[in-house]
Amino acid sequence: MSVDENTVRRIARLARIAVTEEELAPLAKDLTNIIDWVEQLSEVETDHVAPMTSVVETEIKLREDIVRHEHFQREVTQNAPQSEDGFFTVPKVIE
Amino acid sequence: MTDLTKLTLADARAKLVSKEITASELTQAHVEATEASSKLNAYVTLTSERAMDMAKASDARIAKGESGPLEGLPVGVKDLFCTKGVRTTACSNILDDFTPPYESTVTSNLWNAGAVLLGKLNNDEFAMGSSNETSRFGPCINPWKATDSDVDLVPGGSSGGSSAAVAAHLALAATATDTGGSIRQPASFTGTVGLKPTYGRCSRWGVVAFASSLDQAGPVTRSVRDAAIMLTSMASHDEKDTTSMDMAVPDFEAALTGDIRGLRVGIPKEYRLDGMSSEIEKLWEDGINWLKAAGAEIVDVSLPHTKYALPAYYIVAPAEASSNLARYDGVRYGLRVLGNDITDMYEKTRAAGFGDEVRRRVLIGTYVLSAGYYDAYYIKAQKIRTLIAQDFAEAYKKCDVLLTPTTPTPAFAVGEKVDDPLSMYLNDVFTVPVNLAGLPGISIPAGLSKDGLPLGLQLIGRTFDEETMLRAAGVLEEAAGFTAEPSTWWKN
Repeated sequence: MSVDENTVRRIARLARIAVTEEELAPLAKDLTNIIDWVEQLSEVETDHVAPMTSVVETEIKLREDIVRHEHFQREVTQNAPQSEDGFFTVPKVIE
Repeated sequence: MTDLTKLTLADARAKLVSKEITASELTQAHVEATEASSKLNAYVTLTSERAMDMAKASDARIAKGESGPLEGLPVGVKDLFCTKGVRTTACSNILDDFTPPYESTVTSNLWNAGAVLLGKLNNDEFAMGSSNETSRFGPCINPWKATDSDVDLVPGGSSGGSSAAVAAHLALAATATDTGGSIRQPASFTGTVGLKPTYGRCSRWGVVAFASSLDQAGPVTRSVRDAAIMLTSMASHDEKDTTSMDMAVPDFEAALTGDIRGLRVGIPKEYRLDGMSSEIEKLWEDGINWLKAAGAEIVDVSLPHTKYALPAYYIVAPAEASSNLARYDGVRYGLRVLGNDITDMYEKTRAAGFGDEVRRRVLIGTYVLSAGYYDAYYIKAQKIRTLIAQDFAEAYKKCDVLLTPTTPTPAFAVGEKVDDPLSMYLNDVFTVPVNLAGLPGISIPAGLSKDGLPLGLQLIGRTFDEETMLRAAGVLEEAAGFTAEPSTWWKN
């Protein structure tokens, strides 16, 4: 299946990665090559095969729902490109 | 005095215990070696001062008789492991100068055992690559060169800095991670030992995530014994990673008995690729003969879905990556590029922060997870994965370990494959099935190519049976007697 430029534009939007008009064609070609190559999986009959969910058989672990670490606000925000009074700041989202 | 960087981890440990050398002397020798290694670009951050402080603290503990199992042993850490107070970037621009306020569980285990941090090692951006060429810091260079050639070769990837540093004696050992072969393939390209443990053996907490159902940490070392020593300290059950296994960590070094009489070694016929080079075939044949001579029984086995492993991997891994990398949004850490509104900021930040290969994989992952394609690609690939795991389970009814080549070729030149993603992906044809099934695997240097470059053999073990795998690896290493070393051209 070929991935066309409109599809690249759409998935780039979904992935929140800006792509320039010039980049669309080479990306479409790259993605088409990869998708064509993975297409060979359709040769394999898998109607009665369960999809893998975990490589190691294991039970879901439960733990008490308690707060273990507190007062980490400074550490949590110290790598933020922008923060104020221990909060992350972002451009205005609501008009 | 002899060059202390020439010691194996085990030998250095013995000399520290017998007080023949001090941790400070040992670390000083390594710090000097790392500071003269810029041509290799193996280290992206050196922590020399901290290393000397840690070594001094180790010497104090040794004097008091309070040594840990890795006391005073200098190691390098892949830049994918979060190290408290030391910049951690996954070699991506998007992490900018991220400096973790916490330490990964694996590296915490190492420091608790007394190890010394020399610095952070180069890797492919977010561990996506097989040549260490997608790093924001530029390619790491293999210390090995082909006979009579001056061409720079890749050290493999994604853990190229780890493999190059260990091969060039810039660390006694290094941590690395393996999602589709990123420990074993670089080990094969550099004449080092690379061990990927069973999924769940090491905690993934504090390791920058690529594909969470496949990622696993492990060591790169210069001997099988050193790999066993490192893994014993790196592995642990960790309540911060629910996929880490709640089971006791054995003393892996004790598994190296040297006795493999009666061990059944499986040879999967599907790994004999059409057009496989004669030198790889011969290497594999040598490995079979060595194990047979040591008393192992050779068994032919079949892993019929092998050819589907790579395409399944290139659906599952990008899908998980596209999800994991959604966190890089320019808000909480790393790079931020301002835009007209918040969506524009996300898009510009991610366009500027991700390199070409990462962007390609995030887009592929987004595509295969998008509405209408999820069943056709992602679920299909997860079903193939079940079949691959079943193949291995079937084979292990007849054998205890599997022996295969690690890679289809020796190291290639920098730039040779970087523009051809599919040919780059084929590097991992022998290693990817192991990740898909969650099994342990190890690459052991076993010979030289006709051009004088290292070639590795891979042993694959049963789930959580690294011990049998290591026992066979020890025998293979002994029989191969690989002692070749690269010239030290980078020091000139």
